[in-house]
Amino acid sequence: MDFFSTLYYRTKKVLKSLKMYLAIAGPGLVVMIADNDAGGITTYAATGAKYGYHLIWFLLILIPVAYYVQEMTVRLGAVTKRGHAEAIFESFGAFWGWFSLLDLMVVDWLTLVTEFVGMTSALNIFGVPPWLTVAGVIGLMGIIVLNGRYWTWEKIALGFCLLNLVYVPAAFMVNPSVKEIVGNGLIPNLPGGLNNDLFFLLMANIGTTIAPWMLFFQQSSVVDKGLQEKDIKMGKADTLFGAIITVAVAIFIVVVTGTLLHGVPIDDAATAARMLMGINHFTGALLAIGLFDAGLLGAICISLASSWAFGEIFGWAHSLNTNVKQAPWFYASYFFTLITAGIVPLIPGAPLVLITLFVQVVAVTLLPAALVFLILLLNDRKTMGEYANTPLQNWITGGIVVAIIILSTMYGISALFPNVFK
Amino acid sequence: MRIIKQFSEKIREINARYARPKVEMSRAIKFSLTGLRIYLFVLVVLLLYKFITLIPAGK
Repeated sequence: MDFFSTLYYRTKKVLKSLKMYLAIAGPGLVVMIADNDAGGITTYAATGAKYGYHLIWFLLILIPVAYYVQEMTVRLGAVTKRGHAEAIFESFGAFWGWFSLLDLMVVDWLTLVTEFVGMTSALNIFGVPPWLTVAGVIGLMGIIVLNGRYWTWEKIALGFCLLNLVYVPAAFMVNPSVKEIVGNGLIPNLPGGLNNDLFFLLMANIGTTIAPWMLFFQQSSVVDKGLQEKDIKMGKADTLFGAIITVAVAIFIVVVTGTLLHGVPIDDAATAARMLMGINHFTGALLAIGLFDAGLLGAICISLASSWAFGEIFGWAHSLNTNVKQAPWFYASYFFTLITAGIVPLIPGAPLVLITLFVQVVAVTLLPAALVFLILLLNDRKTMGEYANTPLQNWITGGIVVAIIILSTMYGISALFPNVFK
Repeated sequence: MRIIKQFSEKIREINARYARPKVEMSRAIKFSLTGLRIYLFVLVVLLLYKFITLIPAGK
């Protein structure tokens, strides 16, 4: 009898926690899965094609890295009820505020262009002309945000997050050797030694895992959703769950290209999808669908990150819980960013390679500043109270931030000067 | 014209609102902000150098 009553009590407790989690889940999951954007898919596809399963262990390390950085935005947003841009303006003054805001605007816009490039090339595989993809995406994203409710937007975004899991069946369809994945992938190793190519790819993987827009997006999202201090525990769980899923998806992509395209040079995910279609039609089609979904998710989040940040600073109404009449500037900046970025891939001879290079370099100027501000803000005990960083959290996040700054700087410099680390 | 005027007024208002940093400027914060300034300066110099070397190459 005791056993059954304990079981009943524990089941009820678990169900209650699950219900609470489902109510709070969203910002962490969406930001983490959207992190696997079009650029991310290309990086993972290239990693698998070049090094097979050998770098899976490295991707696993990125789970705590992504979690520890992003969970700080949950605490900061829930306690201060302010987005990251506003927090920087208020705490560090107008100079650092404008620097972060303008840099965010540039890096977001450039990244958005790369998302459109990914989406148009993915649907082009199925014969959809680029102009139709761009028009369709802008129309779809308009419908998603114009419903006037954060809750609806978030659930639609979570639906697209689910579609990101297409890489799971794709990996099973290629019949990979589990023994090889475990033997080659889970034991830390550097295939061929630490040369320039490997270093560049490792840094690209870090660069796709932590991006400046993610900090701004998740903090604003936490505020717009209305999370309170009491929700921080669940918000952190949401972020951890998202970090695990995003890395799991990355590993499944590595498994797909590592099994079928090992040794084939890959420049972009769309080329990988086309090549895969020649070997296994359905796997290639799934990779292309996944690439489109990744670009769409990235676009959904990145365009909002900029609009939220501008709304916070200019004092415009800036919530998805408002309609166009209540927040005209918020929606105007959202559509302006979206439409101008969407047009670029349609321009014949547009410098898309230069834009990709610029994304890496401009992100490197913003990321260190945003990360340093994040740690400094989390140490402001007057504002954060009991939610300020503990000494252990400072050691962990400080170490992660220093490592990210060094590696992302080297990544940016090697993008500018390709021969510098040879 | 009116929009530009309103926009510049808004920027002045924002600059005035955030003129004084709210965070207590401890030694660690001053050190971090100085480090960031130097870091960004070096990056800007590198970017300028890249563009200067790109122009004569006609790339």
